Amino acid sequence: MADSYYDPKDLRKFPKITDWSQDLGDKFFDYYGKVFEKGALSEREKSLIALAVSHVVKCPYCIDAYTQDGLQRGITKEEMMEAVHTGAAIESGATLVHATQMMKKYDKLSH
Amino acid sequence: MATKSLLARKKLMAKAEEQLKYLSNGIFKEELPTFKHQLEKINDFPLKPKTLEILQLNLGYMCNQVCEHCHVDAGPDRKEIMTKKTMQQCLEVIKTTKAHTLDLTGGAPEMNPNFRWFVEEASKLGVKDFIVRSNLTIIRANKKYHDLPEFFKKHNVHIVSSMPHWTKGKTDKQRGSGVFDKSIKALQDLNAIGYGLPDSHLQLDLVYNPSGAFLPSNQEALEQDFKKALKDDFGIEFNSLFTITNLPISRYLDYLIASDNYEDYMYKLVDAYNPAAVKNVMCRNTLSISWDGWLYDCDFNQMLEMRVDSPVQHIKDYNEELLQDRSICVSQHCYGCTAGAGSSCQGSVV
Repeated sequence: MADSYYDPKDLRKFPKITDWSQDLGDKFFDYYGKVFEKGALSEREKSLIALAVSHVVKCPYCIDAYTQDGLQRGITKEEMMEAVHTGAAIESGATLVHATQMMKKYDKLSH
Repeated sequence: MATKSLLARKKLMAKAEEQLKYLSNGIFKEELPTFKHQLEKINDFPLKPKTLEILQLNLGYMCNQVCEHCHVDAGPDRKEIMTKKTMQQCLEVIKTTKAHTLDLTGGAPEMNPNFRWFVEEASKLGVKDFIVRSNLTIIRANKKYHDLPEFFKKHNVHIVSSMPHWTKGKTDKQRGSGVFDKSIKALQDLNAIGYGLPDSHLQLDLVYNPSGAFLPSNQEALEQDFKKALKDDFGIEFNSLFTITNLPISRYLDYLIASDNYEDYMYKLVDAYNPAAVKNVMCRNTLSISWDGWLYDCDFNQMLEMRVDSPVQHIKDYNEELLQDRSICVSQHCYGCTAGAGSSCQGSVV
């Protein structure tokens, strides 16, 4: 038994989730593949979005995968870090915007 | 960054037999299928040649650069150089071969003292596509090379040059400090005399290979990124970008092992194995000739000292018909040419 919840080698086993639910697994991977095809956004832009989201949802498998994907596409480390900051800014903004609720409640309950 | 070859540093991976041993043991004994097994599954073992199209001559392992990924283990300390006698034997073969492309590589082929003589003689023989793989910095390395662009133009040489990235940082990290600036200047010099321009017959292609333990992405998309960045930032134009996968041999294998990336990289190559790429791997339409005249299925097999499996093994005994009947020698490094869209000296193959 592994002594860690996350094992980098498990990423290679991702396609195996279909073993226990073929139909849903296939539908997911079809959808996933389609999403990352070139469309209104380039594959490069999608890779950077995926990298930012990977950090926001704190998925180590996704961070490994999309750092490598970015390298393969020639994306620079400066571009990658800016993408992560963009995700972090939205995430921290989502926390901070709740402060308006705190302020509203505070003012309502205070003289 | 190292300034000497693995050979000069007496590293274990300088030896072909050690590389082959490493590539056949470990994960390939227990977990991953061998390349031979993959060919057997698609009834392509033994792998046979198709029509011969390219003669690739390695004029020597001497180079003015010591790139981190170099599969030749080339560098200034390498003294293996093709002699004029072997060049003469090559010229005799070029006169009669059915191959339409002559491809000169190294090291830096321009550092061979008989390079210009050979290009002059070979260009008289009516080769359809005459390629020189130039590392670009050689043009700026020394005054005696400054006129190379004009020399190439005079002999209608097709130039293929390495360029790992359109940014200075990534290029210099792989190929050495100052390489980016010199390469940009050399590309501008080549553009100035007509190379790589849309309405010119003078062909200038770039080669991209990843600067690290990852595979190249889509060739077409990378070409667009390279073209836009080099044009916007430096006004440089070129014809095509070839993406080449780094094969796990020589300095690149040494790097993979030292950085603890070897197993992950081999898994990536095996996972990305594409049977469709087997149809067009370059060893099927190419013959590689080493500085000392021995014959190989490709430049990679040359570095692994895997001579052609044929009664004809040396340029002095060249017999195209007999050579075309050979079986191609394979090992696990061949996964590098069949991953994803495939890889060859002419870029992706699928």
